[in-house]
Amino acid sequence: MSLPITPSQTVGPYLAIGLPWPDGPYVVPEGTSGAITISGRVLDGAGEPVPDALVETWQADPDGRFDHPDDPRGPAAPANPEFRGFGRCPTDDDGQYRIVTLRPGAVPGPDGRPQAPHLDVSVFARGLLDRVVTRIYLADEAAANAADPVLGSIPDPDRRATLIAAADPADPAGPAEPVGEGMAFRFDIRLQGSGETVFFDV
Amino acid sequence: MTEVQDPAASDRPDLPRYQRPAGVHPPLDTPSYGSSRLRAPGRPPVLLPHLLTEVTGPLLGAGRVTAADADLTTRHAGEPIGERIIVTGRVLDSDGRPVPDTLIEIWQANAAGRYAHHIDNHPAPLDPNFDGVGRCLTDSLGRYRFVTIKPGAYPWKNHPNAWRPAHIHFSLFGRAFTQRLVTQMYFPGDPLFGQDPIFNSVPDPAARQRMIAGFDLGTTEPEWALGYQWDIVLRGRDATVFESGEDR
Ligand SMILES: [Fe+2]
Repeated sequence: MSLPITPSQTVGPYLAIGLPWPDGPYVVPEGTSGAITISGRVLDGAGEPVPDALVETWQADPDGRFDHPDDPRGPAAPANPEFRGFGRCPTDDDGQYRIVTLRPGAVPGPDGRPQAPHLDVSVFARGLLDRVVTRIYLADEAAANAADPVLGSIPDPDRRATLIAAADPADPAGPAEPVGEGMAFRFDIRLQGSGETVFFDV
Repeated sequence: MTEVQDPAASDRPDLPRYQRPAGVHPPLDTPSYGSSRLRAPGRPPVLLPHLLTEVTGPLLGAGRVTAADADLTTRHAGEPIGERIIVTGRVLDSDGRPVPDTLIEIWQANAAGRYAHHIDNHPAPLDPNFDGVGRCLTDSLGRYRFVTIKPGAYPWKNHPNAWRPAHIHFSLFGRAFTQRLVTQMYFPGDPLFGQDPIFNSVPDPAARQRMIAGFDLGTTEPEWALGYQWDIVLRGRDATVFESGEDR
């Protein structure tokens, strides 16, 4: 039996009335021990901020596990019960989003080789008739990133670099005091043109 | 429509293999839709194998939704103005399996074609009794049901005298990251289909028809509300892998 699937349509300009959740950006609550922040801007082909986008993230827990029945290792509840795995943040007038989460663990990949810690990302916006999908890797996981099979499938190093979130000396949207090393990352999403982010066919 | 198996996942026979539908979703680069011009990526996407992060996804269940969230007509002091409707159907995957316990979120304009959003400046009245937002979880058979008001058509500035056909925005999670879908449900016989670049961005005319709900007298409740049926089909998984793999 094969049913034809329902096509995608854009979220349009008014997604903000239906999709944001008060706790959406918090994969774990702000202030959770060991929490990292990933923030950045969504930019269009003219380099202008996209103020009506929604950024969603999905990731393994710090042990590299998923609380999901289709993980062949079996569903694993995260050590921190507040960890949701999923984040959702609308962009503000400056195109900024910010996600508070825990650092994902390495996840098994093809041939039993590990994948570097990563987050899968969906971006929705007016003007996007379907979501665009990318991945966030963390700059301070250089050795794991170098061996990652998905990063390795992108031959151009400049293109590959668009998937690496840079360590940020401060969390621009967070508390004023500097955050610890490896706790804040910056990941801009360029939808089009110069420095265009690598998007995936998922 | 063609569906191809994922060549990059063949070395993980223990994972479900989601179909990769080709030719169903609109091309991101659709010049007739003006907002896509500076936002659609210019480079072709890179094939992402369906590995653990892709075949899993958030299973956001109870606790986030109450039964009252599925009725958009009873959340304020008075009743909203407009034609009361029931929108119901099933969420299935393309293998015909129901998708149970999955979160559906909807948002829409009011009966006059105005969204309760500060940037909507269409000179049509806001309705203090309608915010246009609903949520529900599918039941064990993948069924959902909303009670709402039929949204009005609204003008936009995409081209001269441009009007969106009446529609309800739908967001679905499904069971896996691969199944995430945001779409729009339309109403049968809308005279605005022909001039709408968003509806017509779907290249296959048959696929466009799958975004249109059907009026259903059996769903209609006498003396109370018109009924519409709309089934939503998410990407399915390779059946043989499913049968040998973990069941839910
Ligand atoms: Fe709309």
